[in-house]
This record gives sequence, structure tokens and C-alpha cells, in this order.
Amino acid sequence: MAASRRTWAWPYLLFLILFVVLPLVLILFYAFTNGEGQFTLYNFVRFFHTTEAVNTLIYSLAIALITTIICLLLGYPAAFIMANADFKTPQVMALLFILPMWINFLLRTVATVELFNMFGLPLGEGALIFGMCYDYLPFMIYPIYNTLQKMDKSLIEAAEDLGADKREVFTKVILPLSVSGIYSGIVMVFMPTVSTFAIAELLTHNKITLFGSLIQRSFGEGGIAMWNYGAALSLIMLVIIALTSFFDNGEKDDSQKGGLI
Amino acid sequence: MIIEVNHVSKQFEDGKYALSDVSLSIEKGEFVTILGPSGCGKTTLLRCIAGFQVVSSGDILLNGEDVSQMPPHKRPVNTVFQKYALFPHLNVFDNIAFGLKLKGFDKATINLKVKAALKTVGLTDYEERDVDSLSGGQQQRVAIARAIVNQPEVLLLDEPLAALDLKMRKDMQLELKEMHKKLGITFIYVTHDQEEALTLSDRVVVMSEGKIQQIGTPTDVYNEPQNCFVADFIGESNILSGTMIRDKRVRFCDQEFDCVDEGFGEDVPVDVVIRPEDIYIWATDKSVQPSLSEYDPDDRVPKGKFTKWYGVVESSIFKGVHYEMIVKTENGYEFMVQDYHEFLPGTEVGMLVKPEDIQIMRKEHYIYNYFEGEVQKNGKVRFIDADWDVLPESIEGMNPGDKVKVKVAFRAIDLQDHEEEGTLSGDVHFILFKGNHYHLTIRTDEGHDLYVNTNDVWDDGDRVGIVIRPEDILIDKL
Repeated sequence: MAASRRTWAWPYLLFLILFVVLPLVLILFYAFTNGEGQFTLYNFVRFFHTTEAVNTLIYSLAIALITTIICLLLGYPAAFIMANADFKTPQVMALLFILPMWINFLLRTVATVELFNMFGLPLGEGALIFGMCYDYLPFMIYPIYNTLQKMDKSLIEAAEDLGADKREVFTKVILPLSVSGIYSGIVMVFMPTVSTFAIAELLTHNKITLFGSLIQRSFGEGGIAMWNYGAALSLIMLVIIALTSFFDNGEKDDSQKGGLI
Repeated sequence: MIIEVNHVSKQFEDGKYALSDVSLSIEKGEFVTILGPSGCGKTTLLRCIAGFQVVSSGDILLNGEDVSQMPPHKRPVNTVFQKYALFPHLNVFDNIAFGLKLKGFDKATINLKVKAALKTVGLTDYEERDVDSLSGGQQQRVAIARAIVNQPEVLLLDEPLAALDLKMRKDMQLELKEMHKKLGITFIYVTHDQEEALTLSDRVVVMSEGKIQQIGTPTDVYNEPQNCFVADFIGESNILSGTMIRDKRVRFCDQEFDCVDEGFGEDVPVDVVIRPEDIYIWATDKSVQPSLSEYDPDDRVPKGKFTKWYGVVESSIFKGVHYEMIVKTENGYEFMVQDYHEFLPGTEVGMLVKPEDIQIMRKEHYIYNYFEGEVQKNGKVRFIDADWDVLPESIEGMNPGDKVKVKVAFRAIDLQDHEEEGTLSGDVHFILFKGNHYHLTIRTDEGHDLYVNTNDVWDDGDRVGIVIRPEDILIDKL
């Protein structure tokens, strides 16, 4: 049986090699070489010397951080309410949160632009943060909701029995036990928001540039010469994302990951 | 007394009463067990005392103070939960210290108290352990330590040993009893295991369907059950229909016996309870079991003017401690008898029971079911939410809409396997073997109870169709 299972794995292995391993190798190759294929660290040096590029990176990180924090502040209460409601309410609420996600995010972003225009609100940084939070809020809510829902309700009774009032029950039992959901949510919001750029272009009329745009541009214009630079930028981004994925506090497998657009 | 439960009722949204007019008082330092089958309301009662449920009516007093509206965190009680409910994000020490920290004790005091609690439950040096690394029994002890470290006035235990294996359960039972003696606090214990209840308690509260059936010491409840439910639920019993001839004289199985109960009156129908272990048994015909020729009944069977009755052994099961035998008498009664000797099927035996071992109970229902009915336009009578055909002469002179009294004998109700064959459907709710017949309680879908006497063997929960012949429906004007 094991032998035939392994043979069935070949197509997936092939897929992994072609579309994951190979591209990574290519990026590594381009990042560490110049136009002639010689090993060099020039691409990285160039990045760190271009203040504009470095600022963009820092700015992107800041935006991602702000978005994550806002999503956390909005998402936790939402997840809490959903987890504590009875029967139909969580399902209805869940549906209301999922529905927008079924619609392509570019469409939603364009619609947000129109909405802002309709209300006469200026596009720009505010619109950017609004759009990002709107897009990624469900990713914060679900892991937290999941963790809260799976929590043993008798723990709350035990805490009350031992003398905890409602506030103490929350801070001493519910909050600590939902931490794994919070970490999950943070990671699932922060990672994509670091690399996003299309939303920024739409919601700020191209006035604000995010790091993702930098990468895009180096592969769009400038010909092959910029590919090396772009690859280096991509690698930097990859490292940042890889680092954040370790920020999961060593949680167990039953948390939700993935679902990145 | 430390706890008073006064006429407490608890109704849930679906209209069902989990508790019906429950009243109970518990003395300081007592070990009281609330005993009953699943769904009888025992856990609901405990949760009402703890504060996790609010009573629908009635009140609960703790040391004279009405706590009915008090939230759980303010009550001076602590609970040991059935599934332990230990905090997974805290180690053993922090779990136990949880309540103490909330009360604001300083570190040194907390340390002392936690260590003392761990010692009491036999888990010294386990402070640093993670709770998920502990076995079931150890987790249970941590749960107990976490509760008692707060020195509550009352400790509530919700089937705490249910998740443990038999040996562990028995060990923990003894430890709990020791703890109770040592700590001196009031224990209120909930369980469905009657052996556990009899072992641990000072008093037992037997519950069924939201009502208290009997309160008494373990010996009271075992030796002197007050009704069929208690007699049937606790231990094995032989329950038969009988007649109280006069004080201290009862008739059952077509014979007269001396007994010790009085005050029932003369020629009053009663229920008789005899425990299998109280029946003395000997072989009258040893030819079937030659090995018994060595066994001289004169050694063990009490001498004196005791009524003896006779039968043939139908079956014999080895139960480890004793043999359990079913003996059938000539007039069709079956008795369960326990003895250290085995009497093989087919052996003719004699039986004897001492007067003090015969327990008499008032009959709760006798011969007839009583209902309120209404005459319908089509000549039928409506009772228990169904229309029944009746003999025309029984409603002669009555008009549609007239209210009537309906009487149907237990024996007159027929139960069908296929519910479509009956006028009404129901489930077999309670089965009581009365020696020579079964006394069943059938609960209809609308919630009415019908009592049926039958020789057919049914199972708990069987779906039945109910048939009553028109001539068996006896009608009286209201």
C-alpha cells in the first residue's frame, strides 16, 4: 500500500518542484548575481543605499502593523460576540463576514474607491488603512473565533466558582486561552499586508507606494537588469514573512493557517 | 442547618421541569449524596446551589441568607466538576492558587495553603507539573485541592469519580471519606452510582424526574424504601403486590406472613419489598443436586414459626460474592434469591424470610387508571388527548361536552408492537417486575402516564400502540 501511495504522490512532488522550489532557486540565483551571472551582493547593497527604497519598506511595515492592530481591536470583540451568542446568530454573522470574501478583492477595492468618492472622502492614507482593514478583518476574526469556540465552557464556571467576577474571568481565563488564536490572526493579517500593493495603488491614486509596488516595478520596466534588484527585494520580503511565521508561539496544529490571497 | 432548599422548582425554555418543588435541609458537616438516574435533576439541583443556574421558584438559603440571586463567585461554596475543568494554561500550583490569588492573599500564605492542600490530596511535589501530564485520578485530586484550598463552607461534587476506572474510583471514594472527616466541611455529592452513595454518605437524597423520592440514611434508604422507585433503584429487590391483613400481618404470593410494619389499616392493598439476600433457601429435593446432601439447612435457616414457601430454581448466575438465583413458585411468582451456595436449575427449594426483612410500602396506584374525559359529538369519549370508542350504554343520557370520570384497569390496557394498531402511541417509561407480572408505566407522546399490568416482556423505551376495548372504559358522571 505504501508503495502505491508514494507513486500517487509524484504529480504533487512535480508540482512542488516546478512551482515552488524552482522559483525559489531562481530568485536566489537572480538576487545574488548581476546581469552577467556573476555572484555579487551588489543588489542588496544598492537597496540599503537607496533611502527611498528603505523608507518604503519601513512605511509598508508600519502600515501593516497599524492594519494588524486595528484588525485585532475590531476583530477580537467581534469573535467574542460570535462565540458567545447562541444558535443562529453566529452562523448569520459568519455568513455576513464571509460573503464579501467571495467577491474578488480587487472588485471590492474598486468599490471602496467609489464609496469614498460618493461620500466625498479623500483618498490617501486613511482610505488605504480602511481598505486593508476591511479586506483582512475576517482573517483576524476566524482564528480567534475558532479558539474561543473550542474553549471548554466549564472553565468559565470553574473560574466563577473560585471567586472570579466577569472581568476577572475574561482577563485570567478567556484571554490567556485565546492567545493562540490572537497570534494566528496577527500572522494571517500581517503577512499579506506587508506584501500588498494593488490596494495601495487604487485607494491612494498611486500617491502612496508600498514595498510590493517596488518589486512589481523592477520586473515591469527596466528590462532584465532590474530583475536582479527585484529578486533581491523579493528575497528581503520573503525573509520578513518567514520571520513573522515563527511568531506563532509554538502553537499546536489545530490552529488555522493559510487562506492567504 | 447550613443549607436550606425551599420548594425549589426549575423550568427550562422547553417547558420541562428539571426540578419540581424540591425541599431539603442539610446540616453543617454532613456528607449528603443526591442520588438518581440520568435526567433526574440531581445535577440541576447542585448547579442551583452553586449558582450556575437560577431557580424558577422557591429559594435557597446558605447559613440563613437567601442566595437564590447571588452569582456563583460570591457564594461561599466551591465545586469539583465532573470533567475537572482544570485551567490548561496554568500548572498545578497556579490552578490551586487561582482562588486564593483572587482573594488577595500574599505569596507566602498562598504557598503554605497550596502545599497543605496538595498534601491533603496526596500530591506533594507536584506543584510544577502541567495539568495535561497528569493521569485522570491525579487531575481529579488537583480539582479537589483547588476547591478545598479556599476553605469553603460547603463543597459541591458533581459526579467527580465518574470518569475514573473501577479500582481508582474505589480508592478515591475512601480518600474522599477520609478528607471529609479530616476537613469537617459539608459535602454535597451527586452520583448515579447507588453503591457509591451508600458507601460515602451520612444521608442519601434519592431523586427521580425532578422530585425527591426519599431522604434518609443509607440503611434507611436500603432497608426501608418508601416507594417502588427507591426499592427498585437501590439494590436488587423483589417487589410484589400484597394485602395488609392487619398490623404486622401481610398476605402475598397467596400466603400469610408475619411482618413488623403497622399502621396501614386492615385489608389494605400494599406493595411488599424483600431483598434477595434476605431470603433463606434450602433444597427440599436433593435428588437434582446431590452435592447439596452435604449441606444441612438446619445450620443456617432460622428456626421458629416462620412462613415457608416453595418453588423450583429456574436459573442460577455466579456473581463472585454470591450466587443469584431465580426461583419460580407453583402459583407463578418469580423470586430473586442470593445465597453463597449454588442451587442448580431444577432443584426444588424452600424459602423463608424473617418478618423484619419484609418491607411494606403504600401502593401508589391500585387496579385502575383514573382520567378526566369529555363526551364527544361522535359518541366517543376523549381522554388523554385521544378519542376512544365506548359502549353506548356507558354514556347514555349524556351530551357532547359533558365532563366525565374515566376508569381503566391496569390489566385492561393492551400494548401493541406496532403503534399504528393502537388508538394512541407511547413509550415504555418504567418497568417494575412484581413477581408474577410486570407493572409498566407508559408515557404517551403528550406526556400522560398510563399504568399497565401485563405478563409480556417489554424493554425500557420500547414504542407501543395502546389499545383499550370499549367495554373496559368505565365511565362515571363528574
